[in-house]
Parts: sequence; structure tokens; C-alpha cells
Amino acid sequence: MKKKILVITLCICMALTLLAGCSNGKKGSVYWLNFKPESDEVLQKIATMYKEKTGVDVKVVTAASGTYSQTLTSEMEKSAPPTLFVIGNSAGVKTWADYALDLKDTAVAKELSTDAYNLYDESGKLVSIGYCYECYGIIVNPDLLKQAGYEVSSINNFAALKAAAEDIHARAAELGFDAFTSNDMDSSSSWRYTGHMINLDYYYEEKDAGKTWTECPDTITGAYVDNFRQLYDLCVNNSTVDRSELATGGHDAQNEFKTGKAVFYVQGSWEYSAVAESVPNATMIPYYCGVAGEEKAGLNCGTENCWAVNSKASKADQDATLDFMYWCVTDPEASALLVESFGVMPYKNAVASTNGFLKASEDYAKAGCYVMDWATNYQPEVDNYRAAFVSALNQYNADPTDANWETVRTAIVDGWATQAAIAKG
Amino acid sequence: MSRNRNTSAQPQDGADVKGVNGFRKKLTPMQRWGWLFLGPVVAAFIIGFVWPFIQGIYLSFCKFTLIRDAKFNGISNFIDAFKDATFLHAFWYTALFAVVSLVLINVLAFAVAYFLTQGIKGSNLFRTVFFMPNLIGGIVLGYIWSMIFDGVLSHLNTNIFMETKYGFWGLIILMLWQQIGYMMIIYIAGLQAVPDDMLEASKIDGASKWQTLWKVTIPNVMPSITICMFLSLTNGFKLFDQNLALNGGGQPFIQQADGSVVKTTEMLALNIYNTFYGSSSAAKGVAQAKAVIFFILVAGLGLAQLAYTRKKEVQQ
Repeated sequence: MKKKILVITLCICMALTLLAGCSNGKKGSVYWLNFKPESDEVLQKIATMYKEKTGVDVKVVTAASGTYSQTLTSEMEKSAPPTLFVIGNSAGVKTWADYALDLKDTAVAKELSTDAYNLYDESGKLVSIGYCYECYGIIVNPDLLKQAGYEVSSINNFAALKAAAEDIHARAAELGFDAFTSNDMDSSSSWRYTGHMINLDYYYEEKDAGKTWTECPDTITGAYVDNFRQLYDLCVNNSTVDRSELATGGHDAQNEFKTGKAVFYVQGSWEYSAVAESVPNATMIPYYCGVAGEEKAGLNCGTENCWAVNSKASKADQDATLDFMYWCVTDPEASALLVESFGVMPYKNAVASTNGFLKASEDYAKAGCYVMDWATNYQPEVDNYRAAFVSALNQYNADPTDANWETVRTAIVDGWATQAAIAKG
Repeated sequence: MSRNRNTSAQPQDGADVKGVNGFRKKLTPMQRWGWLFLGPVVAAFIIGFVWPFIQGIYLSFCKFTLIRDAKFNGISNFIDAFKDATFLHAFWYTALFAVVSLVLINVLAFAVAYFLTQGIKGSNLFRTVFFMPNLIGGIVLGYIWSMIFDGVLSHLNTNIFMETKYGFWGLIILMLWQQIGYMMIIYIAGLQAVPDDMLEASKIDGASKWQTLWKVTIPNVMPSITICMFLSLTNGFKLFDQNLALNGGGQPFIQQADGSVVKTTEMLALNIYNTFYGSSSAAKGVAQAKAVIFFILVAGLGLAQLAYTRKKEVQQ
């Protein structure tokens, strides 16, 4: 009998230890599902800092590259889902708006210096707020450019870019470097064209219409698709890798740029820390593509980095998360760390940026150039739209004829209309 | 005799079994503790298979972003699934792939097995070598073969993403390379079990080698053929990782007149996956409906094929 009592007591003790996990439930904790692998290290540091300062647990989980949507879906199913996650574009808003807290009037939203990077749903709910913004264009190695006899400042339109790129490519053997880095079309790199460079068409269409998009338009005209073609052709024809080898990928454009194998690299501001190690004075120029007045063009600025707070999390967790976000954008030490990784944080009290490409963007803006916004975020049914686009570009790269270019145009223009119709159901 | 068996206790059980006389039956230890041994397996099976399976079927009738917020919406997911041109394309493409790979894998695996049971030198080494590709994971295989095909096709100034036929035959070659060794092992076991006296008798009766193969060997290895065909048919239909890795997610893609994009080398499993994680929020239920259709299809075909080839088996 005594033994039985002892056994039962032990069992109860064991069961009680399970409840220990609930003890800090009242305090609330933060679980941030991050979608940028390159920022993981910094975010883990931030999490530790916050825990030391306030005692609140911050868990940061980073989805593997290209699997954010899968990871988010499975994590949200769990009993302890992310309290802080990313809703970065209009498709994301459609899927996840029901799970996002209205951030209007929260302390962190009041810290924002601009409304430009925020996302709203149809009812006007503030679904997510930008925590940093980025820019993309063509990264340049000024030293190599100079070695070839050109200056960054002299390249201010497509004609100048073309002249320099074609000349460098022709003399590649003699110079020891080429004009553009490789332009792979596999899934790890094709978005540089189907997601980013094509933005020049969307942006100029917006500009012609005189207003920025606030939702996905039913159709686009493709008025600047030929400009896209000019620039795309320039990149693939004057690069380290022949265009016929691009479809399956396997080249390392970043490494080519860092090791001085090419002058130009089509990429974005998030590459700065990696690139600046080897090319400290690397800078960025806009997508010059032969549009009239493009001497006044700036870089493409926007973001997909938008914080959303889980509306189904407990009140305590939501509060803890909002406090954490506020701390991230106001604490000098934390914001300095984040800015180093993210570039610019559009908040009144965040530390200024150290990113050379974003500085280039500011310089263009100061010189009176127009900022090209990320209209690309409105691409309908992104995966399918880009899939058709990539496939058409692959056909075109294998046989760059006008007929094949028409397939690319179909994918861009007709593809938009049809995918937009599907997205709207 | 039968009365005896009913009324007397069975001494070898070592226990009083008096059930028939209306007394409480005393259970043997095995009867008493059986559940303890069965329990974990049954529980694991229910948790890991039965419950998710039932839930999966239920979800195919729902619209959902997260499972816990699923809302019942009737059979509209199934209607959408059948209306989806990409799904129908994936179905026919998969069926073609499954049939071609089924025939080629089994013919070649049987041929290899046949030669390796003829007592040639080093047959153990060959068996090991042929079996080895099967130990490599599908994704890795896909990428390795993608490099090999690119190496070859780049001489023709093209690559495996350019044309559907390259993707199709590329995948067939990959699957042959991977599966032949596995099926070969099963066929070897079958061939070794063919009774020597039958072979000897046919030899004495003056049958040619070809006649012996068709009239004696093959009827005797029918059980192996049944299982190999079942495995290669279901493998063909369920193929996922090799398809994902080798065909770049289904390239080349073709834009349809109605605006949908058909991924020409996308097979059923990959189509379901791509639908589930597509950007449309209504897609998850449709993907689930596709998965249920997929299950019925694979199970139905597999069972039909089993029933058909079983009939051809001979009793030794």
C-alpha cells in the first residue's frame, strides 16, 4: 500500500512539471517567424538582447529560403503559432488578413515615418506595417568601370550603359573582367528579372496613368515591355555566361561580382553587406532602359518586409509582441543592429542607414530623381505568373528571335490579365 | 471426436477453460496481455494514419487557410479540381509516364535478373552495383541527372527545361536507373525459386531456351511479376521528388488560351503540392480534393492490377 501511494505521488509530481511551462503564460512571449535567412543571425542577437533587458522570451524561427509560405502555413497550425510574421504583398493580404491584428493606432505604427510601406485589406484594416525598405537596380563596381575607361556618373541613360557594357564585353579577354555577372533563370535567381527588372514596365505604366496602384489592376498594357527587352538583352548578351546556359542555373553571380569578374550585377540593397566586404565602394544605378527622360530615374524602392501580428494569439502575447516591435524601432542599440541587416527602417527614432546602396538611392532622390515604387508587389498569382514568364524567357534565351519575344510579351501582358481574373475568382 | 474437443479442457493450454459450462472463462496470459502489445501499434496507426486520413477526406469538402478554421463548402472543391486544366494535364501525363516506366522497368529488371541467375562470373558484384542507385534519395538523384542531361544537351544548344519530351524521357531514364536494381532483386528471388526439376524436365522434353522461359520460368515467377508491377505502377503515379528536382517544378510551362499555366512535365503529386502552396487562398481545399481523387485513383488502379496479375499466377 505504501509503495502504491509513493508511486502515485511520484506520478502527480511528474505531471505537475508539465504545468511549469504555463507559468510565464501571463507575461506573454514573442514568436517571430522570419522570412529572410540572411537576417537570422542578427535577429537571434536581438532576441537575446530583449530577453536580457526585459525578461520576455523572444523566439525567432527563420524559414528556409523560398519556403516561407509553406513554413508559415504549418507553423500557424500549431498550438503556439507565431505572434509576429510577415505579410509582404497583396496576395499575402488576401490569404492571411483574417489572422492579422489591426495595427492602426498601436504605439509602433505611430512611430512610422511614412505610410508608403503599409498594407491594408479591403475593409481598410492596417494588416501589416513595413519594418524596413529596400531598393534594387544594377550594382556597379566603380573601380573596374574606371579601369575600362568609364565613370559611374557618366552612365545616366540606356545609351551610355549600352556603350559601356558592349565595349567591356568586347574587351573582356584583355581587361580580365566582363560587363554583367551571370543571369541565371533557375528559381534561385530568375526573380531578379521576373520580379524586379520587369518592375520598370509596371512603374512606367503607373507613371503614364498618373497614379500608383493600390490593388492589382485587371490588365496591363505592356507599353514598356520592349524597354525591358532592351535591358534584358544587354544583360544576357554581355555577361560572363552565355545565354544558352542560363535556364538550369548553377552559376554564382554574387561571387563573380565579389571576385571582380564583372562590373555590373542586377540585384538589390540586401546584397550590400555581402558585396561591400570585397567591393567597399560598390554603388547602384537605376534600370536604364531607353525611356524618355530616364536621366531623372532613381532606384526601385519598396518592401515586402511587413510585420503582421497574429490576431488569434492571446492578448498577453499580442501585447508582448507589440512592445517588442516598439522596442526594435526605438531602442538605439537594437535599431542600429537591425538597420545594419535590413538597410533602412522607416521609423522616426530608428538609427540612420549604413547601407551604401540605400545611400545611393537617397542621393538620387536628393538630386531630384523619381523613385520607382515596387508595383511588382501586385503581380497576380505570383508563382504561376512568373512560372510562365520564366519559361518564355528560357525559350527566348535558347533562340532570341522576335517570334519568341512575342511569347514573352504574352506571358507578361496576357498572363497578367488571366492570372488577375483567376485571383479574383 | 468433436464432442471431446468441445467439452474437455485442452491440457496443453495449462489453464482451466470452462467457458462452455457457464463458468467465467479464465484467460491465458496472452489473451489477457494481448492489448498491451497490440495497443501501441494500433494507437500509432490510428494517430498516424487513420485519423489524418479521415480528416483529409473531410477537409476536401472544406475551404480553409488553416485546418482548424475549415468551413464546409460541399463538393465545390471537387468541381474546381476537375475543371482545372493543369490537373487534367498532370493526370494524363502521369498515366503515360506510369505506363511507359512500368513496362520498361519490369522488362529490363527481369532481363538483368535473368542474366544474373545464369551463373555468370561476378554476378554478386553486379547485383550490388545495380541495386546501389536505389539507395540515393530522389531529390539528389534529380539534381545529379539534371547536371548529366545538361552536359549532353548543351552540345545541342538546348537543355532539359526546353521541351516536354526531354523532361519526359529524362525522368524515365532516371527512374529506370533507380528502380531496375530494386525490381531485379525481387525477380532474382523469384527466379531462384523456380523448381530445378521443372527446368530439367523441360530440357529433357526438348524445349528450347525461349520456350522454357515462356512456358516454365515466367509462369513460375508470376508472383514476383505481380508485386513488381504493383510497385512500379504505384511508384510511377506517386512520383514527386525526382519530378520536382529534375524538371525544375514542371518546366517547360505553357500558357493556355484560358489563361492558366500548364506545367507540361508536372505530375499529379507535384500538381497537388503546387496547388496547395499556390498563392490563391481558396486553393488549399482544392488541393485536398485533388489528393482524395489521387488516392482513389492510385488505390483503384493498384488493386485492379493486382487482381489481374494474380489470376495469371500458377500454384506450384
